[in-house]
Parts: sequence; structure tokens; C-alpha cells
Amino acid sequence: MAADVETIDTVNALAEGGYKWGFSTDIEMDLAPKGLNEDIIRLISSRKNEPEWLLEWRLKSYAAWLTMEEPDWAMVNHPPIDYQDLHYYAAPKKKPGPKSLDEVDPELLKMYEKLGIPLKERAILAGVELPEGEAPQVAVDAVFDSVSVATTFRSTLAKSGVIFCPISEAVQDHPELVRKYLGSVVPAGDNYFAALNSAVFTDGSFVFIPKGVRCPMELSTYFRINARNTGQFERTLIIVEDGGHVSYLEGCTAPQRDENQLHAAVVELVAMDDATIKYSTVQNWYPGDVNGVGGIYNFVTKRGACRGARSKISWTQVETGSAITWKYPSCILQGDDSVGEFYSVAVTTNHQQADTGTKMIHIGRNTRSTIVAKGISAGKSNNTYRGLVRVLPKAEGARNFTQCDSLLIGNQCGAHTVPYIESRNATAKLEHEATTSKISDDQLFYCRSRGLSQEDAVGMIVNGFCRDVLKELPMEFAVEAQKLLAVSLEGSVG
Amino acid sequence: MLEIKNLEAAIGDKAILRGIDLVVPKGEVHAIMGPNGSGKSTLSYVLSGRPGYDVTGGTATFDGHDLLSMEPEERAALGVFLAFQYPVELPGVGNANFLRTALNAQKRARGEAEIDAPGFLKLARAEMKRLSMPDDMLKRNVNVGFSGGEKKRNEVLQMAILKPKLAILDETDSGLDIDALKIVADGVNSQRGPDFSAVVITHYQRLLDYIVPDRVHVLSAGRIIRSGGPELALELEANGYAAIVAEAA
Amino acid sequence: MSAALKPTALQSSALAFLSRFEGLRARLPGDVAIRDEAAGILRSTGLPGPREEAWRYTHLRSLAEVEFNEPLTPVADCADLLSRIPDFDAPRLIFVDGRFRDDLSTVPSLAAVRVGGPAFGALAQPASEKLVALNTMLAEDGADISVPAGVDAGTVVLVSLGTDLHGRAVAFHPRHNISLGKGAKLTLVEIAVGDGVYLHNPVLSVAVSPEATMTHLRIQDESRSAFVLSTVYADVGEGGTYDSFLLALGGKLTRAEIHARLGGPNAIAHLNAAQLLADHQHADFTTIVSHDAPNCASRQTVKTVLSGKSRGVFQGKIEVARVAQKTDGYQMNQALLLSPDCEMDSKPQLEIYADDVKCSHGATVGELDAEQLFYLRSRGVPAAEARMMLVRAFLDEALEPITHEATRTAMEHAIALWWERQAA
Repeated sequence: MAADVETIDTVNALAEGGYKWGFSTDIEMDLAPKGLNEDIIRLISSRKNEPEWLLEWRLKSYAAWLTMEEPDWAMVNHPPIDYQDLHYYAAPKKKPGPKSLDEVDPELLKMYEKLGIPLKERAILAGVELPEGEAPQVAVDAVFDSVSVATTFRSTLAKSGVIFCPISEAVQDHPELVRKYLGSVVPAGDNYFAALNSAVFTDGSFVFIPKGVRCPMELSTYFRINARNTGQFERTLIIVEDGGHVSYLEGCTAPQRDENQLHAAVVELVAMDDATIKYSTVQNWYPGDVNGVGGIYNFVTKRGACRGARSKISWTQVETGSAITWKYPSCILQGDDSVGEFYSVAVTTNHQQADTGTKMIHIGRNTRSTIVAKGISAGKSNNTYRGLVRVLPKAEGARNFTQCDSLLIGNQCGAHTVPYIESRNATAKLEHEATTSKISDDQLFYCRSRGLSQEDAVGMIVNGFCRDVLKELPMEFAVEAQKLLAVSLEGSVG
Repeated sequence: MLEIKNLEAAIGDKAILRGIDLVVPKGEVHAIMGPNGSGKSTLSYVLSGRPGYDVTGGTATFDGHDLLSMEPEERAALGVFLAFQYPVELPGVGNANFLRTALNAQKRARGEAEIDAPGFLKLARAEMKRLSMPDDMLKRNVNVGFSGGEKKRNEVLQMAILKPKLAILDETDSGLDIDALKIVADGVNSQRGPDFSAVVITHYQRLLDYIVPDRVHVLSAGRIIRSGGPELALELEANGYAAIVAEAA
Repeated sequence: MSAALKPTALQSSALAFLSRFEGLRARLPGDVAIRDEAAGILRSTGLPGPREEAWRYTHLRSLAEVEFNEPLTPVADCADLLSRIPDFDAPRLIFVDGRFRDDLSTVPSLAAVRVGGPAFGALAQPASEKLVALNTMLAEDGADISVPAGVDAGTVVLVSLGTDLHGRAVAFHPRHNISLGKGAKLTLVEIAVGDGVYLHNPVLSVAVSPEATMTHLRIQDESRSAFVLSTVYADVGEGGTYDSFLLALGGKLTRAEIHARLGGPNAIAHLNAAQLLADHQHADFTTIVSHDAPNCASRQTVKTVLSGKSRGVFQGKIEVARVAQKTDGYQMNQALLLSPDCEMDSKPQLEIYADDVKCSHGATVGELDAEQLFYLRSRGVPAAEARMMLVRAFLDEALEPITHEATRTAMEHAIALWWERQAA
């Protein structure tokens, strides 16, 4: 528990106003010229020393992207993105993929320090092993702009057969696995941003859990955008074979800049028979300033395929950052008796816009899904839940339960709920509930009359509102997430 | 010591309190009785700082501190506790977490050492045992799904744990059966001592059989129209408010 | 996602309507400028297509494949269709293929009625919906009903009969306008029946003045081969009520769209419906409730019973503007799937810009409860009857608020007939 307390203190210390993770790290960068064309894609592929099939896949994705239009159905507004005004490759000048932490640029280590989170992971990154039993061990992969810079605990994991490495390395070391699964859940032409990512992705994490293996520790990746005018397009691929189990955590930050930066990641999960994947995200990209200047455009495609019988994929997300969030972590419930879960907290303040939710596609028999989404809007922000539950004709006995709750703080914001419920099987049973409320003056006064400050009272009530989601997070993330919620909403009430 | 001088308060344009004078010395329990609409609840809210009430005149001090200029949480840290007539529900907020956070916020404000989780649990369990409350009350969300009686008992539990110097009980007896009433009264009586004073607001004399007040005040149309010893409550019970109100007019 | 529709089918259908308009233009009654505007809109945007969010579940492809003609001058006595109209002790306005039939109608005494041309009203604008544009372009007739301030005009029955006397598909676009003065009251019972293939594309505007109450009860029991695309615009002033219920039984492809705007404080809207679908029927019930003033309440209970290979759609949106504090919005959509081949698509939406509001919605989709069914059967109720009982119980919540006895009876009768037809 010590680390948690320390983390809270750190977050508190950082909580002195504005975005707390908005520094940029001064590291020499290897930047590709701005713009997107086949040559840039060839450049990325050659820098990564990729096999021919992958370059072809990228070029095909690029060709598909050229024929597509940016989607406009989400409740978000932004000026047109100039895709030619971005760098599609940025890497620290030091050679990528250091063999040990000693090779890591000290500036990078300093950056982890400044991140405040994750302390435990930073300690590990810095080579300090925690005493046995003090805390669950967490293996970390850190992705800095386009390149994965350090992955810890690889040898420990390898002993149990777990592969956890940058995807660029997996392309070299496990090409058969990457080739088999890359694009198998999110096809290259799935949507505009997925196509873009498929064309230009530079790094991300790769996880493989073999048959019957329960991953001995949490796996964690920290993504950070650092270079100016850089798009970050990471690609994550997690494959869990029969009976395997993994819990994967993802954290995100970005420096404070007054131009918008593009982030278009793709995450693909594959769960075979009896496999379980738990994927947790705390997204805290730079949200822009109080006037809505700057911030990350977060256009992410996350999808998991429950291919095997009795497989389970559970998404938990706490989204407090980004100027715009466009994100629908989904489950394709193909295997009979497979289970999909989506637990989400999305907080928007100032001028943030979030359009987020999930898709649960019931294909197999007796497939079950649960959706719990909590949206909190403050300031002049707009917060939309958009979710699809689709039951196909063969999904006998499918079940879904959806609960969407919105909390409005102040009368300049918006909270929206857009569920799509489609059933083509009479034996399926779907339930959806949504409510909208505010923090009542009575609740605030009650807390204050017991001695809590206004801000603490808001924090406590909001955390109570989000309880059903936060309890799904791994312990070490849950505490951080709670504080993050309180910090995000500072100054929103009163 | 609570000292209220010529206190006037309004909700919007409507004057509710029209000049209250009241002194509750340290260690004493005073009852305030009065018909509906006399301003009893308003008095409790004004003393505890609920937003929406405009103080239009007069003063209220506790141990020399000007209550009326303080935020609700500052008053709580000073030792003022309001037992709500209608305790508020806080979905998702665990009772134990809520109480410990409140207790530590008050301790912090007073420059005292905070209490850790095990220490708090020990304290809470002991108080709950004294109040004959089941342990699971701590695990449940604050007042969510509580019966009327449970809510009131929860207020008394909070009082027992927060150990205020001045408790204001706003019709804590309403909606309680006789057993719950006894438990609530025991909770208050156990706090009684030289450093504890209380203002017990009630419509009925019944509660005062169990919490015997040092003084009884009758509130009508925003003013205290009569004060006396515990026997005044019996007189009210026998003759009703109308007689006393008429007499004072 | 749905297969992309060949754009040409919808386009050519729109062109056919446009060319019909060109032919009729000189003969159509009333202001031609508004029709030209509507034609311009339709020319540039075409008919609603599946790429539009509001039309993602209802495709007009099958409609686009039909060639529609102008209705013939109605001369027939329509006795057969008329016999299907329940007998109300109330004045009734009868339209055959969209044209008013003086000889079959009785005119109300307490409300002013004008017929003989489209009653455009001010609420439904061609620019807001493509179907309103289509209607505006081609509307020939309609009822303009106004109830003076303070008057309770009782019940008026508005009947639509659709025919295909000569085996030719016809299209008609009646345009009605109802206005209630301050404190006025009206119960409008709309009943639509028909035979054969036709397109019934009515637009009805309802202006409810402050403190007025409009009860709008609709029985849609049209031909199982018909296309029925209706649009209602209701605007409710301070303290006014628009209370509507739709029972939808007929049609091949139907959509009932209601836009209700609560424009004054303390206004109320009820948009309830029951849809009973069989065979290959497709029925879409779409509502948009706009809370534009504080302290208003809206209630929607929508029940859909599906059998055969039918498809039900519910789209409901509650919009709460920034000024609409203390809004109380509630929406419940429940669907009962009686056969393995039917499909229900439900999209209940909240769009909220005010913080002190109480808005909630719920949706459930499922089959009859096996436990309940077994319980009834174990007490001796035959399976078919037990199912009927449970379906009736399911519908009851939506039907319950209907206090107009004659309509309620007519609806119950129609539901019983529907069930008999399914059981047969």
C-alpha cells in the first residue's frame, strides 16, 4: 500500500493547477519529414527493418485510407485536420530498443519521474526491485512518440512463456504470430483512423500468452506523445491462447502544447477458448487549456475478439484527458458462452469533447455482455455515450445489461446518450437503462456539514457515482484514477 | 457556549426568523419546540450554514467564533454538528469512507493527528456496538436504501464518532418507533458532559422524556415566545401550542 | 452495417414525384411558392437514404421500386372500408385517397373546420424533413381544424381510407393543421384503413396554446401492402398538454415520426405507442421531444410486439435545451419477440444541455417469460390463450393512460382481431 499512498501524495503535489503532465522532454529526435505518402511509409518500414509483407500491408492500408472519408457521425467538432502537416515518424536519436536501462537516455528516466505516475513502475524502470510481496510486480513497456524505449521483466516473463515486447521487435522475432493476427480483429480498412494507423503505425506493445498460462504479473504500457507536430499511431496486439489469462494496463500522457496533436491507435485483442483478457486504460492526454486551445485528438480503435468458447474480454477505461475522444472499445462475442464487459468513466471539462462507448456483437450462443458507462460533464464540455449492442440470429440465449449514467456539473455543458440496441434473436434478452442527474446542493451541504471541503465533497460524490467502474480497475490503478477524477474536476463546482 | 442575538433570516423575500435570542451554555441541553412553520428547521440550517438562507440581521457565535461568517465545513471543524431531519443519500459513497474522510478533514482543520484505517474501524465498531447497530451499516452506501429509522441512527452514529461540541438535532425523533427513539436518545445522552451542549429541535414532547433538557424554548413565527424548564414541555403537551401562542400575542 | 442502397432507386423515385409535381403544378390549390421551395429541396436532397442517421433502420428501397399514380377522383361509396371504422358518437371527417369526402362526413359544431386544400400551418417546414418536403410539394387537401380559446370541442374523428380500386398504386399526401386556442380542448381520433398498394404520406401540425389540451389517439390499421409515412409536428405552449397514443397494426413499410416541442413552462407531452407486427411488416416509430422551456415533462412508453419475419424500430430522442431546467423526461421502449425470425432495433437517445434535470430512459428486448407462461398453463390456461394474456399484459402499460372509452374499446377490439389473425 505504501506505493499507493506515495502516488496519491505525488498526484496531490502535482495538483497545483492546470494540466499536471504538460512538460515536454528535451531529447534529440529523429524526425521524418512532415507529410504522408508512400515514400514516408516505405521510410517507416525500412527504419523498422520490416519484411516485405508488412510493407505491402501498410501500402494497401494507405491506398484504402485514400479512398475513405473522415467519419462525421460522432458528436464532436474540430477544424479539419491537415494530415500532410504532421510528422509520421519520430524517435529518440539514441538507437531504439535499448538492451538495458543503462542505455536509456537519462532525459527519458527524468520524464518518467515527472510523470508522477506510475511510481512503482518507474522504480522498476529505474532498476529498483521492490521487496518480495510488497506489491504485485508490473512489467512495463514504455512507448515514447513512435518508439518503444524500454520493456521490463522480459526475462522473468519469458520463463513462463509469455512474450511481452515492442511490436516492432515481435515483427522481427515472432513474424508468424504477428502476420497471423495483425489486422485480424481490426482489418486495415475498418475505418478511417484504423486505416491510417495500419499505414503508418510505428510501435506499440505485443503480448502473447501461451496455452494454459496465467501471466504472473500485470503488464503495463505507458504511452507518451512528446515531439511537436507528431502523430502517434501505436499498435497493440494481445493474443491469449486457450486457458490463458492476462491483465494489461495502459496509461497515457502528452505535453502541453497549443496546437492539436493527433493520436490514432489501434488495439487488437484475441482470446481463444477459456482465455481471459482484462484491459484497463487511464487516459490522461493533454486536454487543451481552459479556452479549448490545444490538446490531443484521440481517435482510437480498440476491439477484442472472443474467438474461443467461454473466453472473456473486459475493458475498463477512465478517460479524463484529450481535447477530443473518439473511442469505442468493443467485443466480438464469437465463441459460445463468451463474455464481454465494458466499464467506463469519461470526464470532460472546459471545452473537451468525448464521444465514447462500446460495441458488443453477439454471435455465439449464450454470449453475455455488460456495459456500465458513467459520464461526467463540466465546464463547456460535451460528453456522449454511444454504444451498440447487436444480437445476430444464431446468438441463442444472449444477454446484455447496459447502465449509462450522466452527471452534469454546471449548466454550460452537455451530456448525451446514444444507444443502439439491435436484436435478431427472440431468445436474447437485452436491458438498457440510462439516467441523468447532477450533484445536488443537499448532498454537497450534507458533506460540508460533516467537515469536508467543497472540492473534497465533489470528489467524494463523483467517486461514488463512478464506484461500479472504479472497482473493476486493478488496485494500483484505481487509487490513481480516483485522484485523477478529483483533480480533473477541480474548480468545476461553486 | 452558543450565543444567538437578535438573529433574523429569510429565504428569498420571505422572513422566517424574526429576531431570535438564545444562549446555550456549555454542558447544557436546550429543547426548541414549536408548531410547524415556526422556523425550527431554518434555525438549524442557519446555524450550520446551509446555502439558500439569507441572514438579514443579528449574530450567532460559538465559543466566541462568529458562526455566520464561516463555511459549513469550518463550522463542523469547530465542533458544530447538525443531525438532519432528512439525511441525504450519497450513492456509491461507503459509510466508513465517508465518516473517516470527514473525521480526518476535521482533525486536519484543527491541527490534530489523523486517524488511520484500523484505528478508525476500531472506533466505529465500538460506537456501533453501543448504539446496537449491525456492522454492515459501515459497508453500505451513505443512507442509500436505509429505512427512516436507520437513517436517524446513522446520524447519531456520525455524532458519536465526530464527537461535536454542539449538536443540533433537527426533529431527529420524527418517524422513529419507540425502540429507535430510545437508541437515539441514549446516543445523545452518552455524549452529555461539561464540553457538550445540544439544541434539540422537536415538535413533540415525547423525545424529551428520554433526552431531558435543561431548558425548553417555544418558537413561534420566528421568535422565541417563552422559555422555561423541562416542565414547559409537559405544559405544551397538555395544552397545545395554540394556548401559548395566544398568550404571547 | 447495412448494405449500401443503390442510389439510383431512391433518386429515380424522387424524380418521379418531382415530374408528377411539374405536371400538377398549375392545378394544385394554394400558394405555389412554398411548393416550389419544397420541390427545390427534394430535387437537391432526394428521399431519405440509409446513410442518414435518422433513417439507418428504415430503408425506403421497397417504396422506391413502386410506381405511384395520382389518385382518381373518388366516387365509390367505400362502404366496405367504412364498415371497418368503429362507430363513434362524434363528428367525422372522411378523406378517401387523401381527398375530403363531403358526402361521407359530418362536420363538428364546436370547432371551425376548413377543407378543400392543404392546411400547411406554420410548424412543419419542408426544410426540416424530406418527407415534409414531399408532402408540401404534392399536398392536395387536408383539414384545418381550430378550436377557439376556452372551448372544449369534444371529439373529432379524422378518417383516412386508402384504395386501389383499379389495381393501380396511388400516392396521397394530406396536410392537416390543428390549432387550439388558450385553454381549449380537443380529442382527435385518427383512424386509417385501406386496401391494396398505396403511399399515405400525411403531415399533421398541432399548435397547442397555453393551458390547452390536445388528445391525439391514432389507430393505424392500413393495408398490409401500403406504405405509410406520417409526420406530426406538435408545439405546446405554457401549461399545455399534447397527449398522443398510436396503435400501429397495418402497413407494409411504415414510419410514424413525431416532433414535439415543449415551448412554454410546465408544458406536457405524452408520446405513447403500441406496435403489433407480423409477416414481413416493417414499422418505425420515431420521436423527437424538444424541451425548450423549464419545468416541462415528457413521457413515452412504447411497446412493440413482433411476430413472423417482422422488424420493429424505435428511435426516441429527448433534447433538453440549456433553458429547460427542471425538465422531467422519461422514455421506455420494450419489445417482445414472439418468433425466431423477427428483429427489433431500438435507439433511445438523450441530448441534454441543462444540469438540473431528471431524464431517464430504458429499453428491453426479449421473449415471453417462460416461467409466467408455464405458470398460466399449469393453472389450465391453454398455451395460445396464455400467450395472448401475457401479450395483453405487456401492452397494458402503454394502453392504460387512454381514458377515451370509445377509442380504448376500438383499440382493444383491433388488438384482439390482430391476435386472432396471428393465431389462425
